Amino acid sequence: MMITVRKLVKRFGLKPVLRGMDFSVEPGEFVALLGPNGAGKTTFLRILSSLSRPTLGSVSIAGYSLPGQAAAVRRRLGVVSHLPLLYGDLTAEENLRFYALMYNVAHAEKRISAVLDMVGLSSRRRDLVRTFSRGMQQRLAIGRAVLHDPEVMLFDEPHTGLDQDACQMLDTVLREVAARGRTVVMTSHDLTRVADLASRFDVLSRGVITASVQRSQMDPNNLLAFYRQAIVEA
Amino acid sequence: MQPIPQTENQVRLKEPSLGVAQFIRSLSAIIWKDLAAELRSRELLSAMLVFALLVILIFNFSLELDAQARSTVTAGVLWVTFAFAGTLGLNRSMAMEKDRGCLDGLLLAPVDRSAIYFGKAIGNLIFMLIVEVIVLPVYSVLYSVNLFKPGLLLVILLGSIGYVAVGTLLSSMAVQTRTRDVLLPILLFPLVIPVLIAAVKGSTGFLQGAQAVDIRPWINLLIVYDVIFVAVAFMVFDYIVEE
Repeated sequence: MMITVRKLVKRFGLKPVLRGMDFSVEPGEFVALLGPNGAGKTTFLRILSSLSRPTLGSVSIAGYSLPGQAAAVRRRLGVVSHLPLLYGDLTAEENLRFYALMYNVAHAEKRISAVLDMVGLSSRRRDLVRTFSRGMQQRLAIGRAVLHDPEVMLFDEPHTGLDQDACQMLDTVLREVAARGRTVVMTSHDLTRVADLASRFDVLSRGVITASVQRSQMDPNNLLAFYRQAIVEA
Repeated sequence: MQPIPQTENQVRLKEPSLGVAQFIRSLSAIIWKDLAAELRSRELLSAMLVFALLVILIFNFSLELDAQARSTVTAGVLWVTFAFAGTLGLNRSMAMEKDRGCLDGLLLAPVDRSAIYFGKAIGNLIFMLIVEVIVLPVYSVLYSVNLFKPGLLLVILLGSIGYVAVGTLLSSMAVQTRTRDVLLPILLFPLVIPVLIAAVKGSTGFLQGAQAVDIRPWINLLIVYDVIFVAVAFMVFDYIVEE
């Protein structure tokens, strides 16, 4: 397993957000994590990305446990959230150069050029990020996340705030990212979009996974019905 | 859009090293990033500088002082100015990280988190020293006081280090809250009272030509405070920034 989560509990004060959640992902799987607002999706991704400590339970990624081996996990993770995690007053290539130094990427300049090509921003490489549209910033955010060639990618509602064209461009990049055999976990509210992207759909509701299905076992047109049923049963 | 380059598995991270070289590399990267961003936006420095100059102007017009009184109040006015302008800078510096999620970006990097603390702290110290370098001559002209004494400059450096060491730690805590603008000074000022008292006493001593034996205890207090709070920040920063 690339990701293994057992009996995960997360409380903020007395309020439980995750209540004994079990979750596992095979290498190369693309899992869409669906759920209503407040289900704990973002909290779960923050724990996977080592930004938050679990209250109870065990989490391991690529064989390394959290929080004990967080640095080894971070080296293997790429994270994209609805915020770009980019500096507006630096150019696109300066942002990537900064993160290349932080991740100690070898042959950084070559890799930066390749990543900018991948996300279609080579022609804007010397422009300040604050002059970019939301869609361009999100594509560069994906470039930042894949810069160190991580084995596992976490996407937290990456389509938030994007228009249709930007969403389509983002989907193309997401497919390219997944096509390289990376393990992907993505949270989303947009069922029609994830129906085309993911290989597995899990529903998180009230802090536990209430349903899970492989795309190959279900007609993607029935995803909404599957989702609603999982929420109702929770 | 280009297809993804066939470099997967060829892209290599250099040998994982959490040693001194990686620590210095990440620290330098954070300092470079802060300076480069500030060079473009001039948001932080201009706010600190305008605020500091306004404070010394207001003091100049509100306190009508003779030459003797000037040498007595100069250190106090200077350090009030530095403290207020410094708080403004500390708040802004960490808010810029938080607003676009960049603080998470830093915390996601596989580096020792104390490198993040020291990178931010050194960046903040550089900004504070730049403001002080500009404020000192202006103050000298307005108040007709010679501030360019090596001892006084040493006190300013030590006081600024202590102020920034605590301030960077507390601003990384305050930035996680909704009331960050208010919370930082409330947390910071009680903790930096020893620095401010020692800095004011030490500065006054140098300005009034006091004996070295009278000034040394204040310098020692500043050094001890700096060492203790840098060490405390080194130990607790990881826990402060983690949920």
